[in-house]
Amino acid sequence: MENLVQIALQNVNMAAILPSVILTCFGMGLLLISVFLPRGTTRHAVWISMIGLLVTGLFVYTGWGNPQYGFNDAVANDNYAAFFSMIFLFAAGLTILMSDDYLHREGYPVSEYYPLILFATAGAMWMASGTDMMTIFLGLEVMSISLYVLAGFFRGQVRSNEAGLKYFLLGAFSTGFLLYGMALIYGVTGSTKLTEIGIYLNAHASLLDNPMTLAGLVLLSIGFLFKIAVAPFHMWTPDVYEGAPTPIAAFMSAGPKAAAFAAFLRIMEYCFFSLKPEWTAMLWVLAVLTMVIGNVIAISQTNIKRMLAYSSIAHAGYALVGMVAANEIGYSGLLFYMLAYTFMNIGAFAVLTLAGKKGEDNLTLEGFSGFGFKRPYLGVAMTIFLFSLMGLPPSAGFSGKFFIFAGAVDAGYIWLAIIGVLNSAVSLYYYLRVMVYMYFRDPVEDYAWVTLPAAAVISIVIAILGVLYLGVIPGDVMELAKLAIF
Amino acid sequence: MNDHLLSLMTFFPLVGMIVILFLPREADRLIKTVTLIVTIIVFIISLPLAFDDVFITSSAMQYTEFANWISVGQYFQMNYNVGIDGISLWLVLLTTFIMPIAILSTWHAIDKNTKGFMALALLLETGMLGAFISLDLFLFYIFWELMLVPMYFMIGIWGGQNRIYAAVKFFIFTAVGSLLMLVAIIYVYYFSVKAGVPFENGFSVAHFAQMDIPAHLQTWLFAAFAFSFAIKVPMFPVHTWLPDAHTEAPTAGSVILAAILLKMGTYGYVRFAIPLFPVATMQFTPFLAFLAVVGIIYGALVAMMQDDVKKLVAYSSVSHLGFVMLGVFAMNLQGLSGGLLQMINHGISTGALFLIVGFLYERRHTRLIVDFGGLSKVMPVFAVIFMIVTFSSIGLPGTNGFVGEFLILVGAFESELRVFTVFATTGVILAAVYMLWMFQRVMMGKITNPKNEKLKDLSAREIAIMMPLLIFIFWIGIYPNTFLDKMNPALENMIKQVKGKQHIAMMVEDMDQTVTQITVND
Repeated sequence: MENLVQIALQNVNMAAILPSVILTCFGMGLLLISVFLPRGTTRHAVWISMIGLLVTGLFVYTGWGNPQYGFNDAVANDNYAAFFSMIFLFAAGLTILMSDDYLHREGYPVSEYYPLILFATAGAMWMASGTDMMTIFLGLEVMSISLYVLAGFFRGQVRSNEAGLKYFLLGAFSTGFLLYGMALIYGVTGSTKLTEIGIYLNAHASLLDNPMTLAGLVLLSIGFLFKIAVAPFHMWTPDVYEGAPTPIAAFMSAGPKAAAFAAFLRIMEYCFFSLKPEWTAMLWVLAVLTMVIGNVIAISQTNIKRMLAYSSIAHAGYALVGMVAANEIGYSGLLFYMLAYTFMNIGAFAVLTLAGKKGEDNLTLEGFSGFGFKRPYLGVAMTIFLFSLMGLPPSAGFSGKFFIFAGAVDAGYIWLAIIGVLNSAVSLYYYLRVMVYMYFRDPVEDYAWVTLPAAAVISIVIAILGVLYLGVIPGDVMELAKLAIF
Repeated sequence: MNDHLLSLMTFFPLVGMIVILFLPREADRLIKTVTLIVTIIVFIISLPLAFDDVFITSSAMQYTEFANWISVGQYFQMNYNVGIDGISLWLVLLTTFIMPIAILSTWHAIDKNTKGFMALALLLETGMLGAFISLDLFLFYIFWELMLVPMYFMIGIWGGQNRIYAAVKFFIFTAVGSLLMLVAIIYVYYFSVKAGVPFENGFSVAHFAQMDIPAHLQTWLFAAFAFSFAIKVPMFPVHTWLPDAHTEAPTAGSVILAAILLKMGTYGYVRFAIPLFPVATMQFTPFLAFLAVVGIIYGALVAMMQDDVKKLVAYSSVSHLGFVMLGVFAMNLQGLSGGLLQMINHGISTGALFLIVGFLYERRHTRLIVDFGGLSKVMPVFAVIFMIVTFSSIGLPGTNGFVGEFLILVGAFESELRVFTVFATTGVILAAVYMLWMFQRVMMGKITNPKNEKLKDLSAREIAIMMPLLIFIFWIGIYPNTFLDKMNPALENMIKQVKGKQHIAMMVEDMDQTVTQITVND
């Protein structure tokens, strides 16, 4: 027994989990402090969680280029994890900034909201840094359970309840798939360590067409593809995004999606590199399906939150293209795109939180009539985000798509690139339609002058700067993304 | 200063735009004045180009600037690589020349959201100038897409009744084409990397043009480029966005669209599609010439039947640009220089025609031909100007249109497109029919509608707008060499290179056949 403990302690390397531990501590501390404060005070929670995110970001930043492995190779705090952690931290920060006034408006000024976001972020970070099936699974659960609560956070609203319950039931179901897949792979290879699985499969070529391996691969993929919202596992997305509090929808579309990508890509690359032709073929089909379904259904949406939900499905499809390309430029393009998508999509959602009225029944196309002239600053911000989502230069969306499609062309998937750009052409229609209502129609509602809450404005400004920076000078970040991949 | 003349010219409007954004919304007149001054300054900045005689002797790129912009490890390098030669020279000057005129035409026409309109107009100018001077395909693509956004809003916010449909159609048509071009650009880039073009050159067109791309690849790549440019030209049958966009756009928008944006398509062929893929050009020439001729005749016939003056002018553009395309694909000096000159001519004459339609619309708030008639009695100055512009659009000797069309037809007749030329010539006659008939119904005869009796003649501002255009109508018509001399060296050089490559490709094909025959004989 003592020996076992010693062996275990030898492999402990706290540096490998330091950032996520710090973030968790901030979350716990915040929960404790909130107990002693009267209900309805949330301002302190915003400050503390922002500081928490900044400190964590600082540690992630200093860990760049200095990979730490620990816990008997169950955790790797490498550049890959650091890049993704930055994405999650940005997503969480932007979300928290836009949340405070929103929660007050909707009548739920509850400070537990913020620790839950921090826990979800910490879970996402474990997913990105996990190099063992078990750590990845733990991260996934921590993230998901926080999100189940957050999606149903407005407990008095039917839609929010529906979102929470739907996300929970389907999420639990998909987790079952994931776990079953892991179990099968463990059964085949006798290990849960990603590198060991990969080496074992590579050494035993006869196992590669073993039904158990393939079933494990497919079930594992289903678990992650559900979280990424890839068709045909996307059904939950529109309902959940529409019902969940808007900032949470924004967060889910960027952070957890990127986390699922991070873990999925690492597993595929570490464990199943011997099966690359098989899984790229599978993802090829799914990428096309996802882009087409997301874009085509988005056309018929009249609720903007729902439209953005379908558009986020489509964007997951574009990102998958980078994974299909399975070369350096495709992978780093995927990382870049996740960051770009974080800025542009959360930015768009942030505008929605400010545009909505209590209950958010006005977030329809009709409700946006004349918005651009009545709320000129928000209108310009929304326009920038929409053009970026369309993929028009010089915006983050354009550079992201450019790198991903370049990866696909380089890998010889020219048809996939063509299908991808044609899909962006389809997407022009529904993004443009928002602008048609914003600028080309006369207002139907009264727009009283409102003062924009400072925190939300900061969040939008950061998002705009991010979109423009990644659009005009994408080189530097792309270099980092290149260093981040394996 | 010469080192950065092109950048200064291109980005000055952007600076102007930022200034505009900080002016108060209500200061309508101030915003217009500032915008006008900015566009005039841009024109002045560009003027030294017009007087630079280096273009007469040299076919090389002048005023080049080169800077590394985006670089991603061993993957990508995108450069800020700009320059100007005889091909782009006059198009750049046309842009800087038309912009102040277009702005001046908005003086009374635009009264809501002036600030937005002027900011967009300046952004558009940056986009257009940037696209004309880009020597790097990636940079070109950025500017090419940048032009879409302002025009979309111009049509959608300040347009007529059916503006939303027109704006969305314009945007989607153009963007679909350019997205396919983007894939082709990426493909060419990877090809160049594999072919050993030094990585630092990035997406440089000049280096791409030196590669030998296999014929079957050229076919696809050319198709992607050609499709994108064909939409912009616009060629039959992808022209349908043009009448809608033109009709709904505000006058200034129509002028810019007709005078400059449409030239992007034809310029794209001359600068990119043909030099990069000469062998495919050879294959596609009959097909594109056929479409050009169909466009010439179809555009003219449809124009004849219009009862809306603006629609008539819009369809006449389809016809005129058919001529340009025919000249370009004749691939000889007459044809190409005629085509290039006709681009300028079309910019001047059709720009002027849209301004004239704008004058009519501001006075009567209608554009239907039946609502007018006999205007020459009440508006004598207008009548004279309108007549000159009409003649220029028809191509009467002594005006600019004649020189361009004549060169095109001569060039096409001397090339392998002789048969097409015969049909294209009917377009000249048809142009006379629809333009003169329209002029007659609007300006001649008795005043049938009492509302027309008290129309005011052109104001000093309106005459000032038209004067520069009239000067160039006659200048190009009487002494075109001012312009031709400077475009010829660059065109000659391009023809030489393209023909050379086509020649080699044909020889290789012949040799292949001979080898096959020998093998068979054995």
